[in-house]
Amino acid sequence: MLLSWPQWEFLLRGMMVTLGVALLAFPMALLVAFFAGLSLLSRLWVVRMIATTYIEIFRGTSALVQIFFVFFVLPLFDIELPPIVAGVLALGMNFGAYGAHIVRSTIQSVDRGQWEVASALNMPRALAMRRIILPQAIIVMIPLFGNEFIRILKATALLSVVTVPELTFSGKILVGHTGLPGAVYSAVLIIYFATSFPLAMSVRWLEARIQSRFGVVSTHAREG
Amino acid sequence: MEFDFQYAWRILPALLDGVVVTLEATLCGIAIAIVGGLVLAIVRLSRQPILSTLAVWYMEFFRLTPLLVQLFFIFYVLPQYGIRLNGFVCGVIGLGLYYSAYTSEVFRAAIEKIPRGQWEASTALNYSRGATWRRIILPQTPPIVVPVLANYTIGMFKESALLATITVNELLGTALKEASVTFRYLETITLVGLLYGVMSISASLAAQNLETYFEKRR
Repeated sequence: MLLSWPQWEFLLRGMMVTLGVALLAFPMALLVAFFAGLSLLSRLWVVRMIATTYIEIFRGTSALVQIFFVFFVLPLFDIELPPIVAGVLALGMNFGAYGAHIVRSTIQSVDRGQWEVASALNMPRALAMRRIILPQAIIVMIPLFGNEFIRILKATALLSVVTVPELTFSGKILVGHTGLPGAVYSAVLIIYFATSFPLAMSVRWLEARIQSRFGVVSTHAREG
Repeated sequence: MEFDFQYAWRILPALLDGVVVTLEATLCGIAIAIVGGLVLAIVRLSRQPILSTLAVWYMEFFRLTPLLVQLFFIFYVLPQYGIRLNGFVCGVIGLGLYYSAYTSEVFRAAIEKIPRGQWEASTALNYSRGATWRRIILPQTPPIVVPVLANYTIGMFKESALLATITVNELLGTALKEASVTFRYLETITLVGLLYGVMSISASLAAQNLETYFEKRR
C-alpha cells in the first residue's frame, strides 16, 4: 500500500482504541438489554411502560444524534464527561435498547410448557426464569449478541465526530497530514474489515454449532 | 440551563427544511438500495461462479465496515479522480450502496422461498431464464419483501443523519450549523431527536400495519 509503516502503526493504534471502546460499550449494552428486556416481560404495567418508553426513544433516533446529545447537551447541565465515556454511554444505551428486544424475543421463544411445568413443580416465577427459562434463552441469544458486537464495533466510528481518537478519527488526522484520502481511507476500511470479518465468521460458526447441538434457530430481524 | 421555547420555535422552520432534505436523501437512497439489492441477489443466484462470488464479497465488505467511513471514501476520494459530486449525491450513493448489501439478502430469501417446481415448470413451458425471472419469480416477491424493505427504509431514515458529516444540510446538519453559531445545543439537538423520534415511531407503526396487511393476503 501507499502508506508507510509508521502511518499503518498510527492507524493500528487507533484500532486499539476502537476495540477498547467496543469492549466497554458491549457489556454496558448487555446489561441494559437484560434489564430493559426483562422489564418488558414484567407483570407490572408501569415497569413495562418505562422500558418501552426508553427503548422507543433510543430506537427512534439515530445513534449519532444521541452521541451529540450526550456530548453537547449534558455539559450544559454540568455533567462533564470525557469524550470516550460519553461515547461509551451513548453506544451502550443505544445498543441496549435494540438488545432488549433480543432478550425479550428469545425468552418468549422458549416453549410455554416449560413455564407450566415449573409452576406445577411449585417453582416461584423468578426461580423458574433463572434456572429453567434463561439458560435456554441465552443459548439462542449468543449468536445474536455476537452480531450486536460487530454492529457496535462499526458504530464506534461515529465517535470520531466527538474527537474520540479511534480508527476513523486517526484516519481523518492522517488525511490531514498526508493529503492522501484514497490510501488512508482504503487502509481504514481494510482494518475494519480484517477485524470484523473473522468475528462474523465465528458468529456464523457458533450459530451453526448451536443449531446442530440444540436444534434451535435464532432469527431476529433488525434493520441496518 | 433553561429550555428556551421561543428559540426552539424560531429555528423550527429551518429544521423542517432539513427534514425535507432528510426525506429526499432517504427516498433516493432506498431507490438505489432496492435496485442494487435486486441486482445483487440475482447475480448471486446466477450460474456465473465468478460474478456470484463477487456479489458475496461485495455484501460482506459493505456490511462489515462502517457506513461513515464508506461515506468519507466516496466524498473525499472520488474528487481526486476528477469525479466531483456534491455532498448530497455522495451521501445518497453511499446510503444506497451500503443498504444494497442488506436488501439483497431480503430479495434472496424471498426468491429462495419460491418452490423449485416453478423453475422446472417454467422450463417445461419453454420459458427462457430471463422470462422466468421477469414473469414468474419476481412478481411473487413483493408480499414478502415490502414489509422488510419498509423497516430498512426507517433504518436508513435515521442513519441518513450521518450525511451531516459530509456537509449535507439535512436535519442534523442544519441543527449543528445553527447551534455552532448560537451555542444553544439543548434546544437544537432536543428538537432533532424529537423530530426523528416522532417520524420514525409513526413510520414503524405504519410498517407494522403493512406487515399484517400482507400477511392476511398471503
